[in-house]
Amino acid sequence: MAELLEMKNITKVYPNGIVANYKVDFSLKEGEIHAVVGENGAGKSTLMKILFGMHTPEEGEIFLREEKIDILSSSKAIEKGIGMVHQHFMLVPSLTVAENIVLGAEPKKSIFFDKEEAIRITEELSSKYNFKIDPRSLVKDIPVGLKQKVEILKALLRGAKILILDEPTAVLTPQETGELFKELRVLKDKGHTIIFISHKLKEVKALCDRLTVMRNGRNVGVHNVSDVTEEDISRLMVGRDVILTVEKGKPNPKETLLQVKNISQRNQFGQWMLNNASFSLKAGEILGVAGVEGNGQRELVELLTGLLPLTKGEITIKGNIINNYSIKEIRELKVSHIPSDRMTYGIAEKMSIENNLFTDKYDTEPYSKKGILNIKHIKKRSQEQVKEYKIKCNSPLQEVKMLSGGNIQKVVVAREFSSDPQLLIADQPTRGIDVGSTEFIRKKIVQLRDQDTGVLLISADLNEVMELSDRLIVLYNGEIVAYFNDVEKLTEEELGLYMLGLKKQDDELIRGAVHEK
Amino acid sequence: MKSKRINFEWIRTTVVILIALIFTLILILLVSKEPANALKEFLIGPIDSMRHIGNVIELMIPLTFTGLAVSLMFSAEQFNLAAEGAFFAGAIGAAAIALTTDLPNIIHPIVAILGGGLIGSLITGIPGYLKVKWNASELVSSLMFNYIAFFMGIYVINNFFRDPNAGAMVSHKLPQSVLLMNLIPRTRIHLGLIIAVIFIFACYYFIYRTKWGYELRVTGQNSKFAEYSGINTLKVILFAQLLGGFVAGVGGATQLLGMYTRFSWQSLPNLGWDGIIVAILARNNPVYVPLAALFLAYLRIGADIMARMSDVQNEVVYLIQGIIIVLVVAERFLAKYRHKWVFKEAKSGISEAEGE
Repeated sequence: MAELLEMKNITKVYPNGIVANYKVDFSLKEGEIHAVVGENGAGKSTLMKILFGMHTPEEGEIFLREEKIDILSSSKAIEKGIGMVHQHFMLVPSLTVAENIVLGAEPKKSIFFDKEEAIRITEELSSKYNFKIDPRSLVKDIPVGLKQKVEILKALLRGAKILILDEPTAVLTPQETGELFKELRVLKDKGHTIIFISHKLKEVKALCDRLTVMRNGRNVGVHNVSDVTEEDISRLMVGRDVILTVEKGKPNPKETLLQVKNISQRNQFGQWMLNNASFSLKAGEILGVAGVEGNGQRELVELLTGLLPLTKGEITIKGNIINNYSIKEIRELKVSHIPSDRMTYGIAEKMSIENNLFTDKYDTEPYSKKGILNIKHIKKRSQEQVKEYKIKCNSPLQEVKMLSGGNIQKVVVAREFSSDPQLLIADQPTRGIDVGSTEFIRKKIVQLRDQDTGVLLISADLNEVMELSDRLIVLYNGEIVAYFNDVEKLTEEELGLYMLGLKKQDDELIRGAVHEK
Repeated sequence: MKSKRINFEWIRTTVVILIALIFTLILILLVSKEPANALKEFLIGPIDSMRHIGNVIELMIPLTFTGLAVSLMFSAEQFNLAAEGAFFAGAIGAAAIALTTDLPNIIHPIVAILGGGLIGSLITGIPGYLKVKWNASELVSSLMFNYIAFFMGIYVINNFFRDPNAGAMVSHKLPQSVLLMNLIPRTRIHLGLIIAVIFIFACYYFIYRTKWGYELRVTGQNSKFAEYSGINTLKVILFAQLLGGFVAGVGGATQLLGMYTRFSWQSLPNLGWDGIIVAILARNNPVYVPLAALFLAYLRIGADIMARMSDVQNEVVYLIQGIIIVLVVAERFLAKYRHKWVFKEAKSGISEAEGE
């Protein structure tokens, strides 16, 4: 079967220098449902936005039915029969369903908008594809699932033969998802071709014919869905077929550094994000905090580092109750912090690497003396650190934002580790970075532990928490639901059950997270 | 790579200026009956006599001060627009001190100028304080503070220092001991030039060589990151604005004591607004501020001379300014060329990485 659409050798570089797509080939067969899967930031959406004319690639060609086409704008894409349903809907809430669907191609009676005709068109269209929808209701009154249908119908009305759906099920309930799948199959039977962007592998298995896996801006494989298992897909997506192991010896715990007693925290909506958590950490050990993101990790880290004021409970670091300490005062206790959101909290992207390497110690000697910066020392240190942490750059004077994600993270790590920390709070230290940098950072963390630093490691990466932690707690819904003294005996499956809230330990066991005096 | 980036900014600024000048040329050709003469006066006028060169330098001095003031505040990402009011208030403060104190020669201007600086700090500092205390937008409150500074200043001069014997609403004559010495005969270039040079170096040193300047830059680039690093950003935000106002106030005081013998301004002198143009052209870097100030002063004087000597009005200069600001601020202008270069860099980075 000939390819309906081919994208060849697509390279897209964003103005900040991030390479979103690199020499990507992508092809579609007529009448298939084709999944594009990959982790966040793998370049799926960018590739699709190029196809829909929202971005122009620096290199590459697009062929439709073996004819080369240029898609310079979305209207051009629509003209070629390509439609896209975005993750965030682009509808006018105060207009009716029918009005939204015909928007931009309104039927007219002389110069006036023909409302009846619009409703007729909508009804005809929805019955053709078996979509159940009331053309007269206002978009703002209908549920999300229906809004999505409006978007799809809108694209179909404009003659879309190829339909791009960007994570369509992210906003749907399981029932709505089921209905959507039925409708997509109808579309397929009527000869439409569908591109389905997702990272929910079950759905891909249930719905799609073929799939393209994206990783790190590249196409790493095209498969028939029937030939691969969910596990295969997930391995391709994260690319960790080689599970990283870090050599580490037995921990040698010293004095207690950190004591957390019954802390709780609400979010801005008044929900308890952290509920009565207690644990402690000794110098020279790594305490892992496992859990699916959004189960209180962020609040925990912000309370520990002073970004959030503590209102309930007590945190003690090296014998000091830090409830009312400023960020500075906490840092002065030799606490380092690798933030999970490195672009917001970890760096100033427009400043040089050098200037990013001493923001936490600029007011101490030898970085500055009596207020005057010691430029010589700063230059020397930055060169040493770039070397030691293998930060790939042209010079320490290069802007941080020109670096790759992994190298940006190394800048953060270099700064935080070089402050000679006694307590390190590492929040998702290797998220979204390449394997080489990941391995390097993990080794450094173990090295710090061996030099008697206490490490609190927060990670959603099972491999990471299990490899690195000496002891482990699991956070679910703001509560510590499990504590493991010996991580080596733990299996990923068991840990998963706790992380998903399917299992919970006895309070007695959980209390083990606090060191006995 | 950093130097390449700076090169790009230089090229961009030069192209912008050229475009603006070409526009001016076209405009002059369209409206003038004597375009050659008008153009000659506009471009050559400012340097055709010692007096005109003097005019340019005289205007460059206050522009340097306000440019530095705005650069300091913008570096900390504080869009405080009260440099205008601070400049005006600085002159009022200097006048008040000059007229109420009796000090020896060198001490008198120093006290008056420092006093003017402190008054300037007050004008920019209050919006800064409101921002820190209640997160009130410094942009809005500082804009309003310009008028407060102006009317308060006029009130003070009118009620306490007005010379009833003078025909206009001006202050008493300033004592000779406070006035700044003239540096170059046949011009009005005064000691303020030296003070401005000192301030350029001081501001550069402060921003790039002291820990306070570093705090200010980090806060301006990413305040969340600064906070996370342990920097007290509220303090920095307030401090930057106090400092900006101080420099603007010193500028106002210097202008008064160097160029006038009485306080005679009846309206805001607009030099603070021009400081924003200077800061934008100089990319908030104190080292480039005098260049930008010189450029703007040259344009202004050129336009004035042209208006006097030909049939073209000096409003032309606002057209040039407008084009320059729009194009410099428009980040997308020439971005294509920059992107080409970014693309090359990124690609060679990848092939390097894969070659390993």
